[in-house]
Amino acid sequence: MKMHELPDERGHFGRYGGVFVAETLVHALDELKRAYEACRKDPEFIAEFEYELKHYVGRPSPVYHAQRWSQMLGGAQIYIKREDLNHTGAHKINNTVGQALVARRMGKRRVIAETGAGMHGVAAATVAARYAMECVVYMGSEDIKRQVQNVYRMKLLGAAVVPVESGSKTLKDALNEAMRDWVTHVDNTFYIIGTVAGPHPYPMMVRDFQSVIGRECLMQMPELCGRQPDAVIACVGGGSNAMGIFYPYIPYGAVRLIGVEAGGLGIASGKHAASLCAGRPGVLHGNRTYLLQDERGQIIETHSISAGLDYPGVGPEHAWLKDTGRAEYVTIDDGEAVAAFHDLCRCEGIIPALESAHALAHAAKLAPALPRDAILLVNLSGRGDKDMHTVAAKSGIQF
Amino acid sequence: MKAAVSRIQSAFERLARERRKALIPYVTAGDPRAEVTVPLMRALVAAGADVIELGVPFSDPMADGPVIQRSSERALKNHIGIDDVLAFVSEFRDSDVSTPIVLMGYANPIEAMGSERFADAARRAGVDGVLVIDYPPEESVEFAKLLRARGIDMIFLLAPTSTGARIEQVARLASGYIYYVSLRGVTGAKHLDLDDVAAKLPEIRGKTRLPVGVGFGIRDGQTARAVAQIADAVVIGSRIIREMEQASPETCVKKAATLLKEIRQAIDA
Repeated sequence: MKMHELPDERGHFGRYGGVFVAETLVHALDELKRAYEACRKDPEFIAEFEYELKHYVGRPSPVYHAQRWSQMLGGAQIYIKREDLNHTGAHKINNTVGQALVARRMGKRRVIAETGAGMHGVAAATVAARYAMECVVYMGSEDIKRQVQNVYRMKLLGAAVVPVESGSKTLKDALNEAMRDWVTHVDNTFYIIGTVAGPHPYPMMVRDFQSVIGRECLMQMPELCGRQPDAVIACVGGGSNAMGIFYPYIPYGAVRLIGVEAGGLGIASGKHAASLCAGRPGVLHGNRTYLLQDERGQIIETHSISAGLDYPGVGPEHAWLKDTGRAEYVTIDDGEAVAAFHDLCRCEGIIPALESAHALAHAAKLAPALPRDAILLVNLSGRGDKDMHTVAAKSGIQF
Repeated sequence: MKAAVSRIQSAFERLARERRKALIPYVTAGDPRAEVTVPLMRALVAAGADVIELGVPFSDPMADGPVIQRSSERALKNHIGIDDVLAFVSEFRDSDVSTPIVLMGYANPIEAMGSERFADAARRAGVDGVLVIDYPPEESVEFAKLLRARGIDMIFLLAPTSTGARIEQVARLASGYIYYVSLRGVTGAKHLDLDDVAAKLPEIRGKTRLPVGVGFGIRDGQTARAVAQIADAVVIGSRIIREMEQASPETCVKKAATLLKEIRQAIDA
């Protein structure tokens, strides 16, 4: 099987992925798998999805040549895929529009979602409003405290935000709770997972919806600079923006694919979220993948300055891209990400999300050593408006 | 070579001869304290348990309701790992060589230990069955082989939504007994529809000769008795843990045993 034709029938990317769930969820996943298979082959569904991406999300998003920043770094030319310009301010909306359309075809009137930083929750609440669906978002009570504005955004959009008090009270626990809701209300409820994780068919479905990012780049790069880039760089938490831009590039063997994980306070400190760089394979949230876990197989808490990367697992397709060597994975720590955040603000007039700043920081590391005609394409997965408080606090400023 | 009769199988054969139904309590190992677990297991046997399901705590118990989640969190606070759980079983076996013990938990702690190492250690400790909640049959063929080679039964769940093909798939791999989840939801949920259970059981029995236990949502003698009239075994978990939560660590064993005794009497009446 060719690399880009994975997963197999049961959701495996090599030894990763699969369906590791209690029997109570198997039927719901089978039903979803059938519904999604029908959708992805249906020209009407595809046309509707494309229409929504164009008119509601605002696609295609541009690729922008960051000339001043490239010049300042003194090496490779850095191009930026502007997912921050999408409606709701990040790539997350590509996926929630797609899943909401599948939900509508399945006749489900209630959607649920998990969220960490709140970006996926906002994107889910947005499409629920757009398609007149009831929406419940599960969010760890710790995250609710940290992301007050996004909680209010979701409420404005008509969603109910349910605080999750179990476990570490963060994203992973919100995902557990959303699964519990789904298994209990499966008749009328569609679970919109926000990243390329979870049991099959989620990693494949989310990747398919997000791969519009890479498909656009495949067209845009030759138009802009006459060829495909030398490397594509994206941040990786769960890994949906990275999968979205990597996937169409997998067959282009000359293009390096580089995923950037959150190094937090440094790998040695143990306070990071680098599942691929510092974790071990295991089973969590319905799939086999790299996990941050202790020696007894308990999932450990993660740290990153960017809440959106703060997840102890990673999409199974990334695990497989790592093992096969098709993609490389590196880490960028909190400080490096914040430095890149400020550089992009000052040099280009673009305020990036702290998540995306990890990818930018790695590009900034690579660029100076590369010739001036080298091309790096960075996925700017979201805008940084949501991060004002975090960055200000880091600079000792209080509002 | 014919496999030796397992403890689980002989327990169910004895119950069938006596025309009694099995009572299977679930407790999480190490909750509320490590030193409670083995005395608790012994007390549950004395109160009428035929099999004990011993929970292996996990940080992310996705299929469990709030009661078992809390119980798992308490056990993790006590630093209980799978090695401790196996040590509890060994200690229990010092005084009880006949009551079957089934470990119930999630895949990751087992994989972290190494599946084969786990299977060896489980056999040495005297474990009779293993139920891995997030190992559906298609992902556990190899693991079931490892267990079977060591005379350990692999217990599987079936749900109201399981199709005929699915039941057959589980039946091919399962041994010991089948655990039928009586409702749509997580452990400890409120609604148990006996008519639904009664309607589903004949379909399962048509595809397997294994005993069928029913659990998820059994909360008192009355529901237990009603379930016992249609199933081979009654599984009760959250209700016992809730009873223990309301007691002190000193009295929780007695409370759990008293509750189980009431349920035993209701089933046997």
